[in-house]
Amino acid sequence: MALAAETARVLDLEGLEALVEALHARDYEVIGPRVRDGVISLAPLSSAADLPIGWSDDQRPGHYRLVERGDDARFGYAVGPDAPKRWLLPPHSEVFEAEGDGTGFTLRPAEPPSRRFAFLGVRPCELAGIAVQDRVFIRDDLRDVTYASRREDILTVAVHCGEPAGTCFCASVGTGPRAEDGFDLALTELVGEDHRFVVEVGSEQGRELLAAVPTEPAAEGDLTVAAAVTDDASRRMGRDLDTEGLREDLLGALGSSRYRDVARRCLACGNCTFVCPTCFCTGLVDRNALDGSHTARERTWNSCFTIGFSYIHGGGIRESVSSRYRQWLTHKLATWQDQFDVLGCVGCGRCITWCPVGIDITEEARAIRATAVPGGGAR
Amino acid sequence: MSAPTLSPRPTTTGPVDERLLPVPHRVVDVRRDTADTMTIGLEPIHGMPPPFEPGQVDMLYAFGTGEVPISISSSTQVADRREYTIRRVGAVTTALTNVERGDRIGVRGPFGVPWPVEAARGGDVVVIAGGIGLAPLRAAILHVLEHRQAYGQLSLLYGARTAGDILYREELETWRSRLDVDIDVTIDAAGSGWHGNVGVVTRLVPRARFDEQRATALLCGPEVMMRYGAQALLDRGIAPERIFVSAERNMLCGIGTCGHCQLGPYFLCHDGPVLSWDRVGPYMSVREL
Repeated sequence: MALAAETARVLDLEGLEALVEALHARDYEVIGPRVRDGVISLAPLSSAADLPIGWSDDQRPGHYRLVERGDDARFGYAVGPDAPKRWLLPPHSEVFEAEGDGTGFTLRPAEPPSRRFAFLGVRPCELAGIAVQDRVFIRDDLRDVTYASRREDILTVAVHCGEPAGTCFCASVGTGPRAEDGFDLALTELVGEDHRFVVEVGSEQGRELLAAVPTEPAAEGDLTVAAAVTDDASRRMGRDLDTEGLREDLLGALGSSRYRDVARRCLACGNCTFVCPTCFCTGLVDRNALDGSHTARERTWNSCFTIGFSYIHGGGIRESVSSRYRQWLTHKLATWQDQFDVLGCVGCGRCITWCPVGIDITEEARAIRATAVPGGGAR
Repeated sequence: MSAPTLSPRPTTTGPVDERLLPVPHRVVDVRRDTADTMTIGLEPIHGMPPPFEPGQVDMLYAFGTGEVPISISSSTQVADRREYTIRRVGAVTTALTNVERGDRIGVRGPFGVPWPVEAARGGDVVVIAGGIGLAPLRAAILHVLEHRQAYGQLSLLYGARTAGDILYREELETWRSRLDVDIDVTIDAAGSGWHGNVGVVTRLVPRARFDEQRATALLCGPEVMMRYGAQALLDRGIAPERIFVSAERNMLCGIGTCGHCQLGPYFLCHDGPVLSWDRVGPYMSVREL
């Protein structure tokens, strides 16, 4: 991947700090990586000093540990459990409040948020996750206000990935480790004696922002080294997912015995759905005052791994764990393509890392499609 | 497939989608249908309700209790009032069946794809209903009756658990007295006072009067009934593209974003609930999908 030499600039550590200040000065809430609760989470940053300096993450199926890198890299990790989804589609958001008045009620719709977010350090796979959710929530016949009102004013300072985890497979689904577009600015971190960031501009907003911070023109050598960072990361992906014919194979294997096998391991906890940057299902919950005078309807993240998710009068449609795992996997990798013309998986590997028993979506998909019957199942 | 790319920045702004906000309605009519089923009539407190088509669904909101999807069962010709037939199965439907005239209920909708009553013009219509499944079909039946000359034969095959569970009994008798409607009713369990058919509704299909080549079939009832009903129709030679079922999953938002009502690739509140058998049959035939 060749970087465009005419637009690329170089930012040093002071420049990075100035970038965060410039975002604050433009009234953005800056959301970026910081060490909290033993993980690299996405949280508001007050300065670049909040970044996870010198930390990386060791990720394997069912395993996540922070590890010291022995250098002072700012973005020397893969991804934490939080995706930008936590900010664009919050786990809880209000839909309306209503006051009772004897026989009826009066509604007060929720107001859209007034904050606007800048995401610093967002990964290419996370940009892809936002692009997938855009298709879900912003369509010709639909503008989901909870999502769109947060989404439309965001600014993204992406950081190309140089440290894929053992659970990563973005290269095989075409979403990383280098972002091609969809960012306002994109950085490649070059750690070392001359610690610096090669910056690419992806939009007018990005150009305007970058003009407000001290930069140098990128040297030809910088671009070569920056390209090598992600080329190298591509080769170090811990996993891969073959997407060719995946939809047809999975829909041809809805009766696969592998679902019973995975159900013996799956705890149906829903972790995979909550850490997933594309999972979009939400519930509507009415919080009713005991005296019947007031109610608030809230939209909350939901998971297809609960029985209640498919509840209709008389019980849940998907009572067995195998049917719930099948719903999740076939939605993500097959029917999502029918619905949104895109794969529901961006290869970030979070569902593998955060599964308490280490179920690996790439391994299950491989095993299930191996049991596909030509012409069988629902296609 | 190519990697996803970011769409252009959306630029529209505004408050919560109005389709998510219940509109206050007044209960203007309450009728008991069976021991556990009521039909209620609702009118908006202000203005007229938006138009709907037979088979579409509204979300009914009992303040302080919750919200459930209920098909509109009244005629599309009645512009100012809508009727809903509700069976008491949980907390919200209990609240909705305990209402009195003058009470207020929230309504949002209509949602979903209707019965293909326009596409069915010129041919026979065969309606197969099981239990409360007759309610979502009532608006379609009324539509055919209101435009009777536009259709060929109208056959209604209706199955209920017992004689006491038969919905719209007076209306069925009125329709049956017409010379241009065939109605065949069956019940699962008969007492000594019942002299009609006993058995599952799908057994009525082989003797029903319709021309397989130009008939459109509309089915609503328990999923197992719709599966066997569709098979009986296929056995008689109706093409799967002309067999329509109203599928049921957990509808919450009504606008195709909450994900709960998925059946295979379909969001039933948005792509359904009415789907042709060639599209939905392969998914409805998989257990627990």
